[in-house]
Amino acid sequence: MAADPNELRDDVLSGFQLSQQLERIWRTPSGLLGALMSVDHKVIGRRYIVTAFVFLLLGGVLAMLMRIQLAGPEQTFLSADKYNQIFTMHGSTMMFLFAVPVMEAFAVYLVPLMVGTRNIAFPRLNAFSYWMFLFGGCFLWISFALNVGPDVGWFAYVPLSSLQFTPTKRPDVWAQMITFTEVAALAVSVEIVVTVFKLRAPGMTLDRIPLFVWAMLVTSFLVMFAMPSIMVASTSLILDRLVNTRFYDPSSGGHPLLWQHLFWFFGHPEVYIIFIPGTGMVSAILATFARRPVIGYPVVILSLIATGFLSFGLWVHHMFVTGLPQLGAGLFTASSMLIAVPSGLQIFCWLATLWDGRPVYRTPLLFVLGFIVIFVLGGLSGVMVASVPIDTQVHDTYFVVAHFHYVLIGGAVFPLIGAVYYWFPKITGRMLGERLGRWNFWLAFIGFNVAFFPMHILGLIGMPRRVYTYPAGMDWAHLNLLASGGSFIFALSFALLLINVFYSARKGALAGDNPWNASTLEWATSSPPPPQNFDRIPVVKHRDPLWADSESLPVVAGLSAERREVLLTSLAEAEPQTREASPKPSIWPLLAAIATTIFFIGSIFTPWAVLWGTPPMAIALIGWFWPTGSKEDEE
Amino acid sequence: MRQTIVRDVSGLPTYGFGPRSGPWWGAMGFMALEGMGFAIAIGAYLYLYAVNPSWPIGASPPDLWPGTAEVVLYLLSIIPNEYTSRVAHRYDLSKVRIGLVVMSLIGIALLVLRGFEFAHLNTRWDNTAYGSIVWLILGLHTTHLATDLGDTVVLTVLMFTRHATPRRFGDVADNVFYWNFVVLAWLPLYLLLDWVPRL
Amino acid sequence: MLCTTWPLAACAGRQSALDPQGLQSDQIRSTLFIFLAVSAIVWIAVVLVLAVGMLRRKRATDRPLDLHQVFEQRADRLILGLGIATTVIVLGLSFVSYAGQRTVFAKDEHALTLKIIGHQWWWEVRYEADSPHQSFVTANEIRIPTGQPIKVELESADVIHSFWVPSLTGKMDLITGQKNELQFTAKNAGVYRGQCAEFCGLQHAHMAFDVIALPPDEFGRWRDWQNQSAQSPADQLGRQGEALFRARGCALCHNISGTLAGGQLGPDLTHVGSRTSIAAGTLPNTPATRGAWISDPQHIKPGNLMPKMPLQSDELIAILHYLEQLK
Repeated sequence: MAADPNELRDDVLSGFQLSQQLERIWRTPSGLLGALMSVDHKVIGRRYIVTAFVFLLLGGVLAMLMRIQLAGPEQTFLSADKYNQIFTMHGSTMMFLFAVPVMEAFAVYLVPLMVGTRNIAFPRLNAFSYWMFLFGGCFLWISFALNVGPDVGWFAYVPLSSLQFTPTKRPDVWAQMITFTEVAALAVSVEIVVTVFKLRAPGMTLDRIPLFVWAMLVTSFLVMFAMPSIMVASTSLILDRLVNTRFYDPSSGGHPLLWQHLFWFFGHPEVYIIFIPGTGMVSAILATFARRPVIGYPVVILSLIATGFLSFGLWVHHMFVTGLPQLGAGLFTASSMLIAVPSGLQIFCWLATLWDGRPVYRTPLLFVLGFIVIFVLGGLSGVMVASVPIDTQVHDTYFVVAHFHYVLIGGAVFPLIGAVYYWFPKITGRMLGERLGRWNFWLAFIGFNVAFFPMHILGLIGMPRRVYTYPAGMDWAHLNLLASGGSFIFALSFALLLINVFYSARKGALAGDNPWNASTLEWATSSPPPPQNFDRIPVVKHRDPLWADSESLPVVAGLSAERREVLLTSLAEAEPQTREASPKPSIWPLLAAIATTIFFIGSIFTPWAVLWGTPPMAIALIGWFWPTGSKEDEE
Repeated sequence: MRQTIVRDVSGLPTYGFGPRSGPWWGAMGFMALEGMGFAIAIGAYLYLYAVNPSWPIGASPPDLWPGTAEVVLYLLSIIPNEYTSRVAHRYDLSKVRIGLVVMSLIGIALLVLRGFEFAHLNTRWDNTAYGSIVWLILGLHTTHLATDLGDTVVLTVLMFTRHATPRRFGDVADNVFYWNFVVLAWLPLYLLLDWVPRL
Repeated sequence: MLCTTWPLAACAGRQSALDPQGLQSDQIRSTLFIFLAVSAIVWIAVVLVLAVGMLRRKRATDRPLDLHQVFEQRADRLILGLGIATTVIVLGLSFVSYAGQRTVFAKDEHALTLKIIGHQWWWEVRYEADSPHQSFVTANEIRIPTGQPIKVELESADVIHSFWVPSLTGKMDLITGQKNELQFTAKNAGVYRGQCAEFCGLQHAHMAFDVIALPPDEFGRWRDWQNQSAQSPADQLGRQGEALFRARGCALCHNISGTLAGGQLGPDLTHVGSRTSIAAGTLPNTPATRGAWISDPQHIKPGNLMPKMPLQSDELIAILHYLEQLK
């Protein structure tokens, strides 16, 4: 148990020798096999981000197809069947394959760096999570290419999605894609919680944790408590369709509204799972570009927690027109509006920070400003739809489409693009082009508003959702054409982002450790960081360590330089407790993901998959955990 | 940036028990989300119970003896479970081996009882929504039981190999800890499945 | 404010929540305007504070941690005060909403009751009365008297649909295995378009209906007329059409009261000649469109449950002639 005196540790080496030695033990092996075996959170985080963005682009192309079809009345660009598949794929891709994974991905990359540790907790589970995400996304899209893509909406209401009304395999594909992505998200959420609880740098007490990390911590708890609901829902849907269970069949005691309750109990927290990380990004960017810490640190944290809790009490507002008792509906109106209070408190803190700060106008800040303008509008239209009488008119119309795009794109995508501009230098070592960034921002801001603002009006003047066409005499044509035009401008802004990324990855200005003069620990190491993140684990004495002392970084010594080791600290005070071994690269996460994928895909075709699908999974898991005799596995 | 060493952590242990080990927290995390899954399934059961005029639907309640026998065996299993935890904390290899073998046998016995319980539910999964939710809930807990049994068996084997290092005793403690959750989860599910239909 | 943007005309429309013609939709619009006003004020205030905050004269120091405690404390208090204000506003809006909700969902005991059963992708409308002679069935078109509370009982024969006629009231879902209810009163006579508002499959976009509000005496006359069985065909071609209607299988799905055609799978056609539209609001009801529909329903509404019937052109002419007379 005590330190082995013969072991090489990081107090006897220093400087370049130390870096080299640590790099040797922490790096991912080269070559394809090495890449498949990587358990480095930065490698996996980068993959996760890129893959999520690929799904964003795919989902965006689908949106463009929809807007082309709806640009005029009674068009025949897309058939009814194609359109229904496309809007289902658009929603499912954006929600399950882009929005949640990209936020998780940024957390996977940034949280270990921000809390001052060497790797995320459970690195092999992290690798497994990425493969499950990738395989689930590919499963959905390959099915779509083979004309078995889902066509029942991203929410797949029964009875439409039950076997009787959709006898194809399409809803099963959708339901199982859910299982893939939920497994991936749940795995990451556990990793983030344990990383934040136990791997923080010594001295990083609870009130010194960066706001982005707090946001991801709260989000992870939301994931853990919300996703089981949709797992139960999608599993029972598959069971209904595969082995004839009766969960949703009213003729046998089931009820279609059970589906809605299960789906929305997940579905409402889901949007906060997407939004709360956005607020974390905003806090991080705002502090750096207002040149001062965010005002009201405790208020922001309490708001994050309150938002998380409240988000579980709103789901019935998606069901206001299903014939619920009136008093209950009224209570959900109140709770749905009350969540505006903690969100509002965060905004007030940010506004106060900008009021006092000295803004540095760079692209990340522009996207934060855009976020405030757009998200607040979306939040206010949310207060409107929270009202039962108003909702009876606007539910399932383009008004709601406008609302959620304002809150999701304003509240999550704008901060996300800002985050890309902000952290690209850390991840790649180069700066994105600032001029192109400004064009990116303005095209996005203008394009988005021209595309989505008219939809508020369209909903109020009678246009329902999920329609593949509309009649010529309804006076909806002009606004639809305007929206379609705006969507092209918005799409163009993403083209600019792509160009900026591809060009700058090679030719961008070199960034250095801390190009923005920011305050958090990820900026205390090189850009990009070495495999071990930090040559020595930092010690934190202040909430904004690099602003408190920009010259020198206090560190601990004594961790192994022979085996992978991370430092566990106590929950509240971050006192060092244990030097825990961290796993080396392993192929087992990939093998386990392959085995699980075979089981998942098989089980939508036959229940016998349980019999032949689980043994390979068991073998893969045993292989994963069986000790290899390396220094990390034994004492 | 210049680095200033302010602390030496080389004296710290290289593994810990309970909250001092990463995997313990991971296990807590998984218990939280799996517990939530059970809670949701219970919620679905209660929803179907509330919207149906008679319950169970088209079936008599499950026979009591398998589920009740399980409750007795689960509660009794806490004794060898606690024993295994204590000897694991003392790094007593031979006693840990005994404890793990006993827990493995108990797990197998419970799985056998579970088979009887399925057979005595008095309804099929495809008869009615009642049958469906009852099979789903029992199936979820059975998955729990089976995976934990698998974990226990592998760990038992490991403790008979050269890999029975001190670190492994922490893994045993985690496994024991998780078993408490499997037991605890069964109690409300048993009440739901066996007694709510008799109300 | 919204109506000053283009197009102006759409704000006054027959499927618009902004042009209420019913008691309930009127109440909803009033509630909406209150919310819109509050929202506009809040949004403008936020954007103004943002702009002023960005542009104002800045603090002197460049060091991020050079903070003034006085400012920090004042800011904290202001933020909490704004939080309280937000809570008050939100609670106030909740009460406004609940008040509106109670008005919209108020139940009148003397409502005229209709039953509507949703199908993929058409509306079965049943006017039921105590005696069967006073009950009749129609499809995709609802006529009601003005000034009279109407209660629709909503059920579904297959998947979830939603009954939405924005000019008159908010929507309510038709849920399989459940009976829902909606009440509304039309203030003014007119034709109000409604549309299914819950995604119900392939032709969800083509599941519309008309609600025609009539002065009460006109409604009474319409109702008496609808109660009558179908008129016998007036001429030879019509009688041929009636016979072919049965012989060629139309009667397997469609009902024409007073004849041997008694199918219950598709819309009732007893008085189809006097409806304003066909195929659930997809086409206006003219001889030409009826002909196009019957000769190839899959072309107009692909995937709908009416198959393409194998008819010779002279058979089609006879059937059309018969249907035209079913006023």
